[in-house]
Amino acid sequence: MAIDFLVHEAADGVGVAVVEGLSAGQEITGWVMKEDETITIKLISDIPIGHKVALQDYAEGDTVIKYNTDIGKVVAPIKKGEHLHVHNVKTKRW
Amino acid sequence: MESKFMGYRRENGRVGVRNHVIILPLDDLSNSACEAVANNVKGTMAIPHPYGRLQFGEDLELHFRTLIGTGCNPNVAAVIVIGIEPIWTDRIVKGIAKTGKPVAGFAIEKNGDFNTICAASKQAKEYMHQVSEYQRVECDVSELWVSTKCGESDTTSGIATNPTVGNAYDKLYENGNTILFGETTELTGGEHLVLERCANDQVRKDFQFFFDRYAKLVDDNKTNDLSDSQPTKGNIEGGLTTIEEKALGNIQKIGTKAPVVGALEKAVEPTGPGLWFQDSSSAAAEQVTLCAASGFVVHFFPTGQGNIIGNPILPVIKLCSNPRTLRTMSEHFDVDVSGLLRRDLNMDQAGDMLLEMMLRTANGRMTAAEVLGHREFVLTKIYESA
Repeated sequence: MAIDFLVHEAADGVGVAVVEGLSAGQEITGWVMKEDETITIKLISDIPIGHKVALQDYAEGDTVIKYNTDIGKVVAPIKKGEHLHVHNVKTKRW
Repeated sequence: MESKFMGYRRENGRVGVRNHVIILPLDDLSNSACEAVANNVKGTMAIPHPYGRLQFGEDLELHFRTLIGTGCNPNVAAVIVIGIEPIWTDRIVKGIAKTGKPVAGFAIEKNGDFNTICAASKQAKEYMHQVSEYQRVECDVSELWVSTKCGESDTTSGIATNPTVGNAYDKLYENGNTILFGETTELTGGEHLVLERCANDQVRKDFQFFFDRYAKLVDDNKTNDLSDSQPTKGNIEGGLTTIEEKALGNIQKIGTKAPVVGALEKAVEPTGPGLWFQDSSSAAAEQVTLCAASGFVVHFFPTGQGNIIGNPILPVIKLCSNPRTLRTMSEHFDVDVSGLLRRDLNMDQAGDMLLEMMLRTANGRMTAAEVLGHREFVLTKIYESA
């Protein structure tokens, strides 16, 4: 099956689009690399290649996990299937 | 992996993969004369840069280390140094001469550009005749010193391209090679992972010192948010959101097997095989220039959005997995590992592809950056000149 997005580990809350042209409303297929599992998710935003989709709902103040590690804090609520990027997540450093 | 390749054995025993005669300015004022010599004597290469006047203290020491290290690099067969005055010029010449390679210095004061260019061109011509007869000889692959830095990274860097370097680094470590990584601020958010890899308490202490020193520099000089610069605009366009995410992708380059055997100051050579950290800027040309000045002869450069950097003396092998980048700027890449994203390539195969390109490069294949004439030589400056 063709893969639309990749997830580093099952513990992660985000996936990365690895094909161009993913649009809101699409049901897309992802590969969880570490556990070698396949998952699907319904998009509610367009996701450019390389950008992240939330695999769960997030509230403001939540921590985003990728590589099974903290990559920053949520600054605006995010829905499962939504584009997760600099508009709703910030660094905890600097 | 093959165990042998054909390289240039230098006077001090080190092995190079290129045979450059460089025309090296001590200072900004001498760029013009260096370029004139390189124009007169075909096959030589001028390496202009903007510094070398009224630097002092640690910043001046780094300037000397970087220029001397560049001349000492085994990819360089012979060196002409030109400076405005003879004393600092001679300091560079003496530093390079310790390798035993041909090196000569020329000073412009009391001669002017014309006489300096004439004398230096005659010497450069002799060097070109001499080194053009050097033959490649069989060398052990473990003698290759390999450095890495990623640039214009995106999320595909952390998923595929950087782990490809990590896979190759694991194999080079087991092969006994000397390998290096740097980019101090770009470890922020993953510094605990590097600390876990340090071989002993001294290395941990040294790494922490460099990390804290850079963090203080950022804290002392940042505006409200360094996110305006780190991640870069290109990183953000490519999908990277925070420095932590960027760092965790960056660290994939050091693989999973090699302990970090030492943490080095900028432009200081490692003293043995294994994986070394070197304090450095995360700006591509600055870090690669420091790698060249520290004696590295081949460089792995994974990119996501398409950093196009090269170096005058250090072949930069560029690899990419982002299909859009590979499609829109294909002339810049040596290794395409986009198959990792489609699952028609596994990481072990990708690492082997990179190592194969490393050997081809070491045997003489010119990299994309070399063919395209990318010769970014950027000296790291720690503070203002006096």
